[in-house]
Formats: sequence, structure tokens, C-alpha cells
Amino acid sequence: MEAYISLFVKAVFIENLALSFFLGMCTFIAVSKKISTAMGLGIAVMVVQTITVPANNLIYHTLLKEDALSWMGITGVDLSFLALLSCIGMIAALVQILEMILDKFFPALYHALGVFLPLITVNCAILGGSLFMIERDYNFGESVTYGVGSGLGWALAITVMAGVREKLKYSDIPAGLQGLGITFITAGLMSLGFMAFSGIQL
Amino acid sequence: MSDILNDETKKVLTTPLVNDNPITLQVLGICSALAVTSQMSTSLIMALALTSVTACSSAAISSIRNHIPSSIRIIVQMTIIASLVIVVDQILKAFAYEISKQLSVFVGLIITNCIVMGRAEAYAMKNPPLESFMDGIGNGLGYSLILIVVAFFRETLGSGKLLGIEVFKLTKDGGWYDPNGLMLLPPSAFFIIGLIIWSVRQWKPKQVEQAEFKIMSIAHGEGGHH
Repeated sequence: MEAYISLFVKAVFIENLALSFFLGMCTFIAVSKKISTAMGLGIAVMVVQTITVPANNLIYHTLLKEDALSWMGITGVDLSFLALLSCIGMIAALVQILEMILDKFFPALYHALGVFLPLITVNCAILGGSLFMIERDYNFGESVTYGVGSGLGWALAITVMAGVREKLKYSDIPAGLQGLGITFITAGLMSLGFMAFSGIQL
Repeated sequence: MSDILNDETKKVLTTPLVNDNPITLQVLGICSALAVTSQMSTSLIMALALTSVTACSSAAISSIRNHIPSSIRIIVQMTIIASLVIVVDQILKAFAYEISKQLSVFVGLIITNCIVMGRAEAYAMKNPPLESFMDGIGNGLGYSLILIVVAFFRETLGSGKLLGIEVFKLTKDGGWYDPNGLMLLPPSAFFIIGLIIWSVRQWKPKQVEQAEFKIMSIAHGEGGHH
């Protein structure tokens, strides 16, 4: 249990996908102008991340890994090079299914998240989470923890960023730094802040 | 050579370098730009990988652009890009294993790099293969330029080396340069890109964004309505 808590804290704060691995930066910069939309996207990312990381974990361990097909009586086959293709296919398919389910059963949530769901397929944070899971060889339990944690960390980062940017628009910024430039520098300062967590060991 | 490099080709090759740079102006593909730049060697490999994937995928998508039904175009583009990335990944693992370990997941993340998808969607779907190929190279070079500049500052200031060769002699080896450890950490990449954007916009004022609110000084004598 302690290992899971430690992994969770690590995924949320210490190895924050947005601020220490720079994943999902394009949407992080583009959609962080308002707190409400940023939070919507953050929640969508968290939901998708929680589903896709364990799903990709199952696929990888039962089909793609070296000798993973031995349950079918086939040995000596290593399909791990297909991981990239299967991960992105899985993500695209799951996002599509999630969109249909939300549309059918939770229309209110669908309208709140609707715009962001297609964006998520090409969000590097989602694919990055799955690839990190493969690289670090997490088991199923760890992959669930990592999925929830990394999604939450990303959501937290974009919401905080939007909060800062909402205040930032009233400040007097040099012309050339206006917009994108100051956003990067703010993200850098936030990333410095998150580095304060880096010594934590549980 | 001169008939290959006609005006259109030259335009698609050179505008993405400064005037329409994918990173500093279009805000595309920043994720990997920040993550791999703590060393020059990884950045060069990453730049090369991304440029070749963008160019080849643009050419491939453009050559079948009239046969892709628009409702499933994203998934078709994604499959082409993912297959090319797998090829690049396997080549790197075969010939540059050390560097491919350092790049870890970021080679795979070229799939979701917005530059590749963005160029496929915005240019390759409307233009013939050769021009799309050139457009891919041009945008790849624009991305490479930023990557190399960032990596140059991060590696020289952070470890006193460039491509592993000593530039500044470090204090711990009896030299004069005390390395700035911050440069090797994630935040410095944000700062350097922010400063690059600032300097490019000072040079090309057309790219400056308008402020949402302007701070105005109140004229003397009639200021305040208390």
C-alpha cells in the first residue's frame, strides 16, 4: 500500500507530467486562459488518463511484450515495437467510446467536456503516460495509480496556470513579452515551485 | 538545382524559420522541444528525427490526399505518422542505442507532436507531394533551429560543455567556470524559450500579441471620481 501512495504522490507532484516532463504543453499553453475551461480540460484529461493507462497496460502485458503470447501457446514472439501504434490506436478508440457513452448517459457532462475530448487524442500527456508506464514496467495496480496520479497532476498544473494567467492580464508587460512569452516564463516559475516537492520520500 | 528550388519551394522552406516559426509563433510541438534540450547531442537527433518524420508523413499523406474520406482523415494521418515514428524509433535503437535510451519516450511522442499533425492537416491535405515534403522539411528546420539554440544555452551554461567537448573549464577541474545547475533542470527550458520569443518579437514587431487590457495613465487635473 505504501508503495502505491508513494507512486501516487510522485506522479502528482514530483514527476508532474506538465511541469517536469513538458507533456501536453501545446494544450497547456493554448487552453489556460480561463480557469473554468482549464478545469474542464483538466478533468477530461484525468478521466481519459485513468482509463487509458491501465487499458494499455493490459494490452501490453497480454499481447505485445516479449513472450506475452505464451498463453496462446506461441513463444519467442516480441511485438513490443508495435506498442506505439497500439497505444495511440487504443487512446483514439477509447476517447471515441467515452464521447459516445457521455453523449448517451451523461449529456450534461458531455456538453461540459465535449469540445475537449477530441483534443485529448493528440495530447502528448496521455500518450506519454502510457509510454512511461511501458518503459518503467508497471504492473496493473501501479498503472491504475499512475494513471490517476499523473492525470490529477496535469489537471492541477493547468488549473493553477489558468489562475495565474487570469490575474496576469491586468499587469503591465513589455510589448514583446505579451501573451506567449510571459506565459512561458510563468510556467518556468511554476515549474521551479513544483521542484520544491522533489525531495519528498514516502 | 535552380528549377527545383522555385519561388514556392523557397518560400515554404524559409518562412517557418523565423517569420512563421512553428514553436515561437504557432505554439506547436513544444513538449519535446523543452524536454530533450539539456544536451546538444539529444537535441540534434531529435531535430533530425522530427524533420524526417514531418517531411515523409507530409509527402505520404499528400500523395493519397484525394482518396482519404474526410470523416476518418485524422485516424489515417495518425496511422501513417505512427508507422513512420516506429521506423525512426527502430533505426535509433539499432544505430544509436545510448541516445535512444536518453530520449526515452520522446521519440514515441513525435506521434502526438502537433507540428507533424498540424502540417499534415494544414498543408499536406491541400498541396501536391513535393511541395508538402518541402513544407515538412521547412517546418522541421524551424523546430530544429529553436531546439539547437535552447540546447546551446542549456548545455554550455549548465555543464560547461558542448556536444560533450569542454568549452568552459569547470571549477572542480581547476578552471574558472562554476556551472549553473538550474540550466539542466526543467524550469530553465521555459525561461529560455520565453526569452527567445521575446527577442524574436523585438526583432519582428509584427508578431507581437495585443494586450487584452491596456494600462492607461489618467490625465492630470481630472483624474479620479471620488
